[in-house]
Amino acid sequence: MENYLYQGLIGLTYSMYLWLLAAGLTIAFGILNILNFSHGSLFMLGAYFAFTLYGVFGINFWLAVLLSALGVALVGAVMERFLFRRIYQLELPFQLLLTYGLVLVLDDIVKIIWGGAFLVPPIPPLLDGAVPLFGRPFPIYNLFILAVGALVGILLWIVFDKTWWGRMARAAAWNREMGATLGMNVPRVFTFVFMFAAALAALGGALGIPMRPVSPGLGIAMIVQAFIVTVIGGLGNLRGAFVGAIVVGMLTAYSTMLFPLFELFLPYVVMAAVLMLRPQGLLGGR
Amino acid sequence: MPIDWRIAIPLLLGVAALFAVPLWFGNFGVYLVMQMMLLTLFAIGFNLLLGYTGLLSFGQAGFFAVGAYVCALILQQAPSLLLGVAGGIVAAGLTALVLGYLSVKLTEIYFSMLTLSFGMMIYSLVWRWREVTGGDDGLTDIPRAPLTLPGIRIDLSELSHYYYFVLLATLIAVWLMHRIVKSPLGLTFQAIRDSAVRAEFVGIPIRRFRLLAFVIAGLYAGLAGALLAPLERTITPGYAHWTASAEPILASLIGGLYVFAGPIIGAVLFIGIKEIVVRLTDHWMLVMGVVVIVIVLGFRGGVLGTLLRWTGRDAEGKS
Repeated sequence: MENYLYQGLIGLTYSMYLWLLAAGLTIAFGILNILNFSHGSLFMLGAYFAFTLYGVFGINFWLAVLLSALGVALVGAVMERFLFRRIYQLELPFQLLLTYGLVLVLDDIVKIIWGGAFLVPPIPPLLDGAVPLFGRPFPIYNLFILAVGALVGILLWIVFDKTWWGRMARAAAWNREMGATLGMNVPRVFTFVFMFAAALAALGGALGIPMRPVSPGLGIAMIVQAFIVTVIGGLGNLRGAFVGAIVVGMLTAYSTMLFPLFELFLPYVVMAAVLMLRPQGLLGGR
Repeated sequence: MPIDWRIAIPLLLGVAALFAVPLWFGNFGVYLVMQMMLLTLFAIGFNLLLGYTGLLSFGQAGFFAVGAYVCALILQQAPSLLLGVAGGIVAAGLTALVLGYLSVKLTEIYFSMLTLSFGMMIYSLVWRWREVTGGDDGLTDIPRAPLTLPGIRIDLSELSHYYYFVLLATLIAVWLMHRIVKSPLGLTFQAIRDSAVRAEFVGIPIRRFRLLAFVIAGLYAGLAGALLAPLERTITPGYAHWTASAEPILASLIGGLYVFAGPIIGAVLFIGIKEIVVRLTDHWMLVMGVVVIVIVLGFRGGVLGTLLRWTGRDAEGKS
């Protein structure tokens, strides 16, 4: 029994990374209406930025994470301003392909700057160590990730449901022309939304560096996970992304433990089942 | 139909040149042209789905891999090339029939995501079903079996001999696809692409035709995969990964989605550019990524579509 509970905590920790990753993807889709293949690459970029600032330059871990998120937000601003803005009116295949082109570009840029090796920085001293939970030592760092995930969830809920800024973003998504008529600077709103989404991805990537090696394949590996999560919860649905992250995290943790042969396979089965039975996602209304 | 000599003459010269490739080039050139032909098969199948029917699949590599693995498994048991290739095509077609039936209920991004998940299921299966597929080591020592028909046995172990087999298969498959897209069936696909609502209104059962396009695309992917197995003689799960599904998409985009020859020219350019860039730098993906972005931003007709527009001709009723 204790084993199952412990594995549940492991799964929940993974869920929180997935949540940080998928939140930005689903926000960008919900508001800009673009499914961004390069979202995983932004996650990866956050990891590389944090590795460089913290692992190489020895900057304080918290500051390094914060700066990474800000840095990737700026990259996001450039991407939105010069590329995405030109494709909002295009058909779906062209939109997807542009963001796929960015995956290729960002992957290679990362290889040029950091090389192809796996990089692992040390765990920040404050969060090193473990506490006994369910009869086994559970890393303090994982507890911290759980807290961050919950905190980001609350923060996003406040931003999008309670603030003027969030309402404006949702209004602009609902009807771009109407928003513009009412005096909103819709293009600027979109730029900020995308920067925000990019920063969330980078936050996930940066916080993941003590747990997972940083390498150029990270973006391509993560984006598929993000697709699974957002599809399960409903594309463009923020609360759905949270639920989807929990589902995928738990599924991965328990299938690794119980039937490791199907650990890769199962999340795709759930994703396909949701698409076939309820394409708007578990939490999407229609 | 009158013969358009402006197309027929370059076409005949091109085919003649293809037959002469093994006489002019060494094994490497032959190998490169074969890669172009395989990507051509993969891409024209894919583009029947996207360019003609309006469905963007991100799981075509799954059918390619089914074709490759089934062909390889057959060849390891029974040394007959035709049997292996036919088996690969049939297996890919059946897989496409089942998965397509489930997929064509959806359109747009949901279709793309569902096909992506199906493709990745095949990838995970190939990766983990070690007893059959060899897992991440893949299948190795696939024999380049002879072509056996009653009374005939042609040895194809030489690369240049196998080249002629692949060339013939490619020419037949491209000709067939041309017949399909120029037939009433092809027009039906285009009607669905341009407006599914109107197509349905005039009585076209759109799901059935989308499924048909999906199966044909799967057959072509399976054919490309089946021909690849004896060429490479080693196949790995990577061929089923979603990033491999991107290759026919990029080839079609580069050549032009709305011209029949687009994916063919695109496949030649894709392999050609890759070969050149890889020799000069390590940054093949960077170059490819920039090419894709430039095409999407400025030249959505692809190379052929853009050329046709410059010369004042239209491409398949859609620009």
